[in-house]
Amino acid sequence: MNPSPIASQAGVMDRIEEILAAPDAALASGLSAVAQELLGLGETIIARWIEAQGGIPTQERWEGFRVLALQRQGAKGDPSFNACRETCRELVYHRNLVVLDPGHPEVAHRLRLAAMVARHLALFIDGKLAIAGLGAFCCSSRPLREREDVRPAEILQA
Amino acid sequence: MTGKYRKVAYYPGCALEGTGHAYNRSTKEVGKALGLDLVELENWNCCGAMEVKNLDPKLQTYLSARNLAIAQKMGLDTVMAPCNGCYHNLKKAEHDLAQDAASREVVGRLSEKAGDETYEAGGVTTIHALDWIKEAIGEEELKARTKNSLQGLKIANYYGCMYTRPRHIFPEKDKGPGSESTAKPHFMDDLLAAAGAECVDYPLKTACCGGAHTLSDSDISTKLVLNLLTTAEACSADVIATECPTCHTGLEMHQVRAEKVFGRKTRVKILYFTQLLGMAFGLSARRVGVQENLSDAAALLREKGLGR
Repeated sequence: MNPSPIASQAGVMDRIEEILAAPDAALASGLSAVAQELLGLGETIIARWIEAQGGIPTQERWEGFRVLALQRQGAKGDPSFNACRETCRELVYHRNLVVLDPGHPEVAHRLRLAAMVARHLALFIDGKLAIAGLGAFCCSSRPLREREDVRPAEILQA
Repeated sequence: MTGKYRKVAYYPGCALEGTGHAYNRSTKEVGKALGLDLVELENWNCCGAMEVKNLDPKLQTYLSARNLAIAQKMGLDTVMAPCNGCYHNLKKAEHDLAQDAASREVVGRLSEKAGDETYEAGGVTTIHALDWIKEAIGEEELKARTKNSLQGLKIANYYGCMYTRPRHIFPEKDKGPGSESTAKPHFMDDLLAAAGAECVDYPLKTACCGGAHTLSDSDISTKLVLNLLTTAEACSADVIATECPTCHTGLEMHQVRAEKVFGRKTRVKILYFTQLLGMAFGLSARRVGVQENLSDAAALLREKGLGR
């Protein structure tokens, strides 16, 4: 699946919030499409981060899903990126719940959970985009500390 | 009672003497209630957490290894660390000492200089508080020890990011039935379910809480925590159970901050899993330190008949 055409990270977040705010009745007509869209938004979020690191987002799939391949690509050389590994897997899982069982009585609830998982992914990547030096592992800020001669403003712009 | 882990070295770490004091208190109380011996490491030091690791990862390996050496010297073969950061660092030191000659060289040199025993990989096993209770007591025994069932309490179990990552430092996980899963951890779910709780399917149980951004960009941390809280509420959880003092404090602080800064109030309560188990064993809320939490769960506990 190709990334969503939404151009900005803020646009991604706006769309996720729109999905979360929609009443069940509004979602009911296109549950599978929205679940698929959320997966695409997940791809967009990670692809944007890979591009920001100077990489070319993969078109490959891992276990059948591009978002999982992108997450693996993002984690290469940056172990802290594994903090979103299970978030991506949960996004795929909830997309599958909706797409493979659209008649389930809790399908709208499942879709909302998928949107909340997508929101978490977007927030996590937003943080990493804002402060690129963060993360030899999760709370670690080694790349920043290694450059202590650099003034904070310059670090933040790096 | 399995007989395993009846007596272990206890490494509380710095957080449990500060913001995580209620976790320290409730862990010890649960140990007492279950007849398990916790022997605190003598003259333990910081595990190297993030601060030292950021500057020099091998120095962190030495600091963690020193704690393992102390356990060995005390004649104990298992160290139990309730904090995810400490647990992670001790496991990482064990892994690095087994796999990396440069780490062994640095640890040997610093130990000699400090006049400490040099720790060698394989001497001591590090476990988390979850492993400790799960393997020493097991679910059946835990059910039998439950005096005040957690029945009617819906719990979202939050494990945080360091309990399962990176996978290669936890060789005992992902070994099939009975072992912990790094993709979908369940030990806390198992224990609290055995005590009668209804554990909800929580999709963010290992997601980032934004700890990395707390000082550099508090708003991102607050938004990440707010999403953890609202997702738990969407899953109908009354409580988020935690097993790490850093996660716990982050959830509590940003729950307050989300209301102050973004006007978003959430009702879900945050309790350590040891506090919940302690109350299930009939201990009072005060005994397990509920009054030390920022998250005020008093009304909920009263309603559920817990912690009296």
